[in-house]
Amino acid sequence: MNQQTPLFRKYISVLFASTLLILSFAASAQSIFINDATVYTMSSHGVLQAADLLIRDGRIKAIGSDLSAPPDARVIEAGGRPVTPGFFAGITALGLQGIGAEAATADSRLITEAMRPEFDVTTAYNPHATAIPVTRIEGYTWTMLGANRAGSMIGGLGQGVSLDGAYDSFLGAKVLFIDVGSDASEQSGGSRAAQWMLLSQALAESHSDVRWSPDALLTEAGRRVLAEFVGNGIVVFDVDRASDILQVLEFTTKYKINPVITGGAEAWMVADQLAAAGVPVILNPLLNLPVSFDQLGSRLDNAAILHEAGVSISFETAGPADTRKLRQEAGNAVANGLPYEAALAGLTVNPAQIFDLGDDIGVLKENARADLVIWSGDPLEVTSAADQVIINGKAIPMVSRQTLLLDRYLPENPNLPRAYIKPQ
Amino acid sequence: MKYRKLFFLATALVMLQLPMVSMAEPYASTYTPLPSDPVLIVNATILTGTGERIEGGSLLMSEGVIREIRADSQISENKQTTVIDAQGRWLTPGLIDVHSHLGVYASPNLNAHSDGNEISNPVTARVWAEHSIWPQDPGFSRALAGGVTSLQVLPGSANLIGGRGVTLKNVPAVSYQAMKFPGAPQGLKMACGENPKRVYGERKQTPTTRMGNVAGYRAQWIEAQKYIRDWEDYEKAGKSKKAKDKAKRPIRDLRLETLAGALKGDILVHMHCYRADEMMTIMDMADEFGYKVTAFHHAVEAYKIADKLAEKGICGALWADWWGFKAEAYDGIQENIALVDRPEGSCAIVHSD
Repeated sequence: MNQQTPLFRKYISVLFASTLLILSFAASAQSIFINDATVYTMSSHGVLQAADLLIRDGRIKAIGSDLSAPPDARVIEAGGRPVTPGFFAGITALGLQGIGAEAATADSRLITEAMRPEFDVTTAYNPHATAIPVTRIEGYTWTMLGANRAGSMIGGLGQGVSLDGAYDSFLGAKVLFIDVGSDASEQSGGSRAAQWMLLSQALAESHSDVRWSPDALLTEAGRRVLAEFVGNGIVVFDVDRASDILQVLEFTTKYKINPVITGGAEAWMVADQLAAAGVPVILNPLLNLPVSFDQLGSRLDNAAILHEAGVSISFETAGPADTRKLRQEAGNAVANGLPYEAALAGLTVNPAQIFDLGDDIGVLKENARADLVIWSGDPLEVTSAADQVIINGKAIPMVSRQTLLLDRYLPENPNLPRAYIKPQ
Repeated sequence: MKYRKLFFLATALVMLQLPMVSMAEPYASTYTPLPSDPVLIVNATILTGTGERIEGGSLLMSEGVIREIRADSQISENKQTTVIDAQGRWLTPGLIDVHSHLGVYASPNLNAHSDGNEISNPVTARVWAEHSIWPQDPGFSRALAGGVTSLQVLPGSANLIGGRGVTLKNVPAVSYQAMKFPGAPQGLKMACGENPKRVYGERKQTPTTRMGNVAGYRAQWIEAQKYIRDWEDYEKAGKSKKAKDKAKRPIRDLRLETLAGALKGDILVHMHCYRADEMMTIMDMADEFGYKVTAFHHAVEAYKIADKLAEKGICGALWADWWGFKAEAYDGIQENIALVDRPEGSCAIVHSD
């Protein structure tokens, strides 16, 4: 009796393909030639039809029509499918959190009311976290590790990181995270007014020669970190209410800080001021409820209004488990008036520029980092999937704990329990 | 005038004599469709919701009812009919969200609006979610804008047995009764796993473990069975008023009334349950006490037991892809809904929460 149903045979072939992919991932120097793709360059070259890409040594070596594949290259026939830069996964706790509800697995925040800007989450980064392969096989190749507020309104330091699975694939400089508004007011004596008082005091301390006073907010290391961010560093402010956003603009102008807004539920109300100040906004385009009193002005066309006003936008989601939905959210922004190309930019070139990573990432051009995705169809549609993700010039194995679970429970064999796996 | 007063008095006396089971439906629906002129939609891709797809179809509705669906545009219209050219766009039934907390956790998310979990006892079968609903929750109109026209609002999952759920049409109204879906059965919200044992475990109260959870449900079903028997005995005691007076009339108990309704199948059991092994335990428990689980909600591991769920006729009401936020959600996969849908006789549902 033949127990090999078509599904079972598919299971075997998936296992075989996975093994091959893992083997190919291990091979170091790899040339990849992508033939006949629709290439979203995210540069002034726009969208290239029927284009080929040559990838070698982690870089894009050539993009153009009718290129020829080197004999040693692995050739991927794109058949006109879209190719985009690898997507930005938002500001996340990827690699900093295993299971949200289990405190022992969560390292993205420091639970203290003391101001410790020197708290640096990158030292807790674990590239083997389950959520990293789960996220990257869906087309996301880098994220900004965020330091969440959990006590003090200053969360600490984060940094960009490539999801290539290495321990030290950090991108760009450290970024400081500050949370203002009603959700941070418990730590400032119950009033958001005191947040600006305390932040001003902290900045004054950071530039003072006073070694210690009984009213000091910062440690010596904290003073050093804050001083570094004045004038050159990027500071991400988590803020939603329009009036609070204007306070951020005033405060950062006064202290010569480069701000980035996240949250930004009411950013559309002050779109012109944000555009004039050149301050970008990283937002959740599905926020259409007044979830808090800081978000009474939430609306689905927030991204469209900001973009129209000339504000650089990018996207964020609720948590590491939602990260893979970022492209769906970008698609919803398009459904609510954001131009398609602007939504793609919000997942690629915009965040790269917002976090000052140069033009090496988030664009497809010669000599740029070879982080890219071949999609089955329109990447902003839920019915499309990432067919192949390439990070740092390597085709990554399209395998995660979740695909392995599927492989384990998909086969139908009436003689064996579903959970059965052959002992090795 | 005098007679009318007497009549009311007599009615009131009769009502007092009746057992609870035959009383008129309390907190009844007052929903009625708004008055409307006929509307004809033409040139639409119609998904009927019964497995049919009609290209270039037309649909006529009036007074809140679909009158005709055709695969062409030959539906006759009168002068009052508003005609909408769908230009090939999709036409579907209004979406039904079987797991919502709109109205009981209303926006903005204030302490004053936290009305979804009666966290005072692991068993609060006595409470009804509808008594917490704030019809002004802006979530109702946002859901409507997103295509949802009916939803079941359930209590939260802090308790083993959280209370009764209600099915609403999310229309503007000053009372929930005016939103209440006419004729829809009530639901009973129950919860497996981490939430009840965490909430009460942290207070050093039962349940602190999953075995404590199961012992908690079973003790309740045993009481409910006795409650049903007591009422049956009372009803059987005699038809005459004299015989009734002699028999001891059971005291009406809101908690047991709900549980008895669930055992009898009048109230549908909706159970928050993530792990496959826990769902298997619950299915055995349902057999032990002779009731039916209508749906497992969230059921992140339902794909592991899709065949069993189909065999038992239990629906999986599922998120599209949420996973990993707690240990019992760690085995979530993107294909969960598709795999639950796969077996013959299956029932896969997408919900929001």
